[in-house]
Amino acid sequence: MNEVLLRSLIPSVLTVLVRRGADFAAAEDAVQDALVEALRVWPADQPRDAKGWLITVAWRKFLDATRADAARRRREERVEEEPAPGPAPAVDDTLQLYFLCAHPSLTPASAVALTLRAVGGLTTRQIAAAYLVPEATMAQRISRAKRTVSDVGVSPALGAPPGRRLGEKPRARGRFDQPGDVATVLRVLYLVFNEGYSGDVDLAAEAIRLTRELAARIDHPEVAGLLALMLLHHARRAARTAPDGSLVPLAEQDRGRWDTALIAEGIGILQRALARDRLGEFQAQAAIAALHADAPTAEETDWVQIVEWYDELTRLTDSPVVRLNRAVAVGEADGPRAGLAALAELDASLPRHTAVAAYLHERDGDLATAARLYAEAAHKAPNLAERTHLTRQAARLNTRGRH
Amino acid sequence: MAKYLLLKHYRGAPDPVNNVPMDQWSPEEISAHMQYMNDFAARLEKTGEFVDGKALAPEGEWVRYDGEGRPPVTDGPFAETKDLIAGWMIIDVDSHERAVELAGELSAAPGKDGKPIHEWLELRPFLTEKPSTTECPHR
Repeated sequence: MNEVLLRSLIPSVLTVLVRRGADFAAAEDAVQDALVEALRVWPADQPRDAKGWLITVAWRKFLDATRADAARRRREERVEEEPAPGPAPAVDDTLQLYFLCAHPSLTPASAVALTLRAVGGLTTRQIAAAYLVPEATMAQRISRAKRTVSDVGVSPALGAPPGRRLGEKPRARGRFDQPGDVATVLRVLYLVFNEGYSGDVDLAAEAIRLTRELAARIDHPEVAGLLALMLLHHARRAARTAPDGSLVPLAEQDRGRWDTALIAEGIGILQRALARDRLGEFQAQAAIAALHADAPTAEETDWVQIVEWYDELTRLTDSPVVRLNRAVAVGEADGPRAGLAALAELDASLPRHTAVAAYLHERDGDLATAARLYAEAAHKAPNLAERTHLTRQAARLNTRGRH
Repeated sequence: MAKYLLLKHYRGAPDPVNNVPMDQWSPEEISAHMQYMNDFAARLEKTGEFVDGKALAPEGEWVRYDGEGRPPVTDGPFAETKDLIAGWMIIDVDSHERAVELAGELSAAPGKDGKPIHEWLELRPFLTEKPSTTECPHR
């Protein structure tokens, strides 16, 4: 069974149910039930028309759930009048689904969970495993998210479905509504990408798949920029971690292990986006990643251009994290003293400020200060891999000349 | 989201405000306390913020390796050990502020006379495994 194919059908199955008159929250539950059944049944008996199967099963699940709910008796009567399952309409509402699941009224964690389930076609169990929380907790997070977006409003574009009786209230809630803000969707996909790999789902690969699907549906330079950024980072993934799980810094990575096909694709997408002259933060970040990916050796990296891109990025985002990364680039382009000067202008409490200071002091030849700062940075590190890496750096300097 | 550990101590935390040991409470007060803790966990599950919660027995021992082919050495429990963990709860929340807010609520569990204990809970952020991919662009 091709699970990715199955997942790719989920958003269109969901939008078919909503078009037939199911409200979003109930339709989404029904599609999830159908997905779980497909995962159970298909390995032994995969239907020829996978999408038709999913629509039929999901619609049946929806009717069952609606019938079971006595308090929703009136809706049941209405549902009975809906057309029988048939061929799916050609209209593609998947884009609206992206916007709904990334709605600004949701917290980032809720938007991520809802996107992965309703657009990504992952099961609650898979999402819970990826985020290391119990399945019951993730189920609640998702149903709260659905309640939140159900209150969002109605789509004038979709309007009232056929079969509604006179005098009946319009089904206003939980329909796909305003086109939404692309930036909110991109932020959600960016978060999913950065979650990386845990549980049995490769979230980075899933984020790339969802961003590709989005890019196929909307012509927007920042969507292309984010896709390029993901591809360029993903291309280096194998080289970024040693077999023991420790971090390998960019300068020490085996560039032969970089995925050149992904790099070429990422650079191509980025160049076409940049040519449109509507720069945004994801394109600028991708440009920096592209300059790294393009250098045959670490020494040949075009740090001067990277600093220029950081200047653009600072202009676009004014983020202190960007300024910190810029200080590293300045240290490479103009020497460690210049990097330390750039660093001195930043708030020392910024995450990784001490680690950057340690690195620049080492490059400047002040190894005692560097060793002390590496140890201090290790103490403040927000994750295990960085802590181990920084501790090793301190140890390397502290034991120099001893072996 | 970020995960935090809420640690409850038998010993080692500063004294709570309502500092009457549980064996001096009425059975109803103990039930009310337990109910509060259970309700708190159930509520966090509903908000999608609950990860885990467990209690630990107060008695434990120290164990260490004692060399090749020898059984591990055990020692204790030591009555004088300053710090004694009673249990934990792990939460997964949007912000540090939210973690502090929840720890504050848990600390308000009722004790003697049904009044909040105001006990001190230790709040510890988890280290994640790895930095996120785009977090360190020069990586």
